[in-house]
Amino acid sequence: MTPAASKRPRPATKRATAARPKDRSSVWQLRLYVTGQTRTSLAAFARLHLICERELKGRYRITVIDLLEQPQLAKGDQILAIPTVVRKLPKPVRTIIGDLSDIDRALVGLDLRAAT
Amino acid sequence: MSPPRRTSAAPVQQLPKCPTGIQGLDEITSGGLPRGRPTLVCGGAGCGKTLLATEFIVRGATRFNEPGVFMAFEETEAELTANVASLGFDLAGLVKSGKVVVDYVHIEPGETQSTGAYDLEGLFVRLNYAIDSIGAKRVVLDTLEVLFASLPNETCLRSELRRLFRWLKQKGVTAVITAERGREQFTRHGLEEYVSDCVIVLDHRVNDQIATRHLRVVKYRGTLHGTNEFPFLIGDEGLSVLPITSLGLNHEVSRERIATGIPRLDAMLGGQGFFRGSSILLTGTAGTGKTIISSNFAHAACKRGERTLFFSFEESPNQIVRNMHSIGLRLEPFVKRGLLRFRSARPSLCGLEMHLATMFREIEAFKPAVVIVDPITSLMDLGTTSEGKGMVTRLIDYLKAGQVTSLFTSLTQAGHALQQSEAGMSSLMDAWILLQDFEGNGERNRVLYVLKARGMGHSNQIREFLISDHGIDVVDAYIGASGVLTGSARAAQNSLEKAAVLASQQEAAQLEREVERKRATLERHISGLRSDYETEAAELRRIAEQVGTRTFVLGAERAASGRLRQADVSVFANVSPNVSADVPANAIAGVPRGPRAKPTLKKASR
Repeated sequence: MTPAASKRPRPATKRATAARPKDRSSVWQLRLYVTGQTRTSLAAFARLHLICERELKGRYRITVIDLLEQPQLAKGDQILAIPTVVRKLPKPVRTIIGDLSDIDRALVGLDLRAAT
Repeated sequence: MSPPRRTSAAPVQQLPKCPTGIQGLDEITSGGLPRGRPTLVCGGAGCGKTLLATEFIVRGATRFNEPGVFMAFEETEAELTANVASLGFDLAGLVKSGKVVVDYVHIEPGETQSTGAYDLEGLFVRLNYAIDSIGAKRVVLDTLEVLFASLPNETCLRSELRRLFRWLKQKGVTAVITAERGREQFTRHGLEEYVSDCVIVLDHRVNDQIATRHLRVVKYRGTLHGTNEFPFLIGDEGLSVLPITSLGLNHEVSRERIATGIPRLDAMLGGQGFFRGSSILLTGTAGTGKTIISSNFAHAACKRGERTLFFSFEESPNQIVRNMHSIGLRLEPFVKRGLLRFRSARPSLCGLEMHLATMFREIEAFKPAVVIVDPITSLMDLGTTSEGKGMVTRLIDYLKAGQVTSLFTSLTQAGHALQQSEAGMSSLMDAWILLQDFEGNGERNRVLYVLKARGMGHSNQIREFLISDHGIDVVDAYIGASGVLTGSARAAQNSLEKAAVLASQQEAAQLEREVERKRATLERHISGLRSDYETEAAELRRIAEQVGTRTFVLGAERAASGRLRQADVSVFANVSPNVSADVPANAIAGVPRGPRAKPTLKKASR
């Protein structure tokens, strides 16, 4: 939460990884909201990246938003809990909160797997 | 709190307070909510939690120059703005001018999936951002408990909420957190565990089909506060709590006296009428003339150029004006000039608190010098006795604080003990005039007397008052051995007394005549006696003369015959002294009576 922490160069932020998609409409747009580089934030990013690589290889785009830097963005996606992943595309918007340690629920939350 | 402590070298630091600006709430909490600490406001649905919170923010921004953040979990900004617009709060304007931030927090429970550990850092960031963007001093979280429904993992949530409240304290903002009332605890999710500085409970109850909202400060650390349940209402200008007991008894008092409009009644009240700013009670059974005396009072006030507010709970304004016209009291010119204002309403229109608030508002707006409530009893019937008394207390305190003279009429039920219904009210009143019916001789007559009048010498007499087509006339009732007489009995008694006076006058004259007659008789008697005496005396004198002559003749004859018969001289000598002595003695015997009779005669001749 300290501002000094957020100023440090962070490999996670803006390293939106995406292979060039062939079909634009099929590209998944994901947002990960964090507050600085906390342990849970880093863990969440790592897990999200892992899931996307496994399930959506080349068809995703992750934007990491650090609310300590851009607090005004919290309102738009109704962010309360940290970390939160918002699936902006494809519609409908889905929100999952937590550090994604429960991979199964994360997959269900992202609509990558039907709830059992 | 005691004076010695306050004057000591190191004054005890009072808990800093944050005034809410809500009418009455600051009085109960002696200054407001604890500054820089969170306050929990809980209550069931529809008791005004959100409104209290909104007013706290709006008043802070408008009146105390303390910007505020309203974090709404239930209503959107637009909804909130629309809801409070009816109370005259321009939320959108305040938002535009940067005094208030409304942040609508919405979580769709169905869309949110929990995948592990989380914290509420996002909420903190949002709140922090909102606070810092306008330099907010006040924060409202309405209603935080929504989070329990939308976020999983209650343990995690609870620890985060604990952290939130601690953070709010650190931040130094005065926060109001609203929560639903729980079944066994103050809040459904036990938020009172975290917010322990100040807890306010709101309540909405229905008594006798009339709903009343109540507010109670359950807990307030580090300060004195009213612990009672105070009725409050949501009016046109927001919330107003009506504290009954918090008002002190330290009104300014006036020595000025104001006339009642009835000269004889003024005379009964030490010759000058009531004190300005006093509270006057006028009680009486139906038809004893309460409204008429009130109207007279109003008329007199208007004639002096004072504004008068007349609350009528029985008659419409037009009806009063018409009725008063019939006794020669013209009120409509004053109504037209704006000096006299009537407010008529049925008592059952709304609850006691609403009536009271309406009256407060009217008084606030019209700023009258005299307020008349006719009758107060129909208002008091709306609530329980204690509520009614509380209401009158508040009203009187309010009026006295503003030096407004108040006159309340009170309808006593016929046949009841005179003071029964007013016993509770009377202690609040400075003057009490009782109107009564006297029934007898097939008629009813009105009387009045002054039961009490604080701070002035007043008459202890019963007066009869007559209502005629030229107003009220207070006259002396007849009070005598046979009791109090009024009406025709009084008139009859008066003529009886007149007759009695006449009779005694006649008797005196007769006695005078008798004396005169007796004197005349006496005089007659005396003159009769005198003439008798004179006659008798003359007769006696005549007889005496005759006797003398006869003796002389006899003596002469005897001497002559003796000489003739050559008789002894001594015989003649023996007889003659006796005879001569007898006659003068008899003649002289009447003389001593003469001087005794003489004064009588003199007197008689006077």
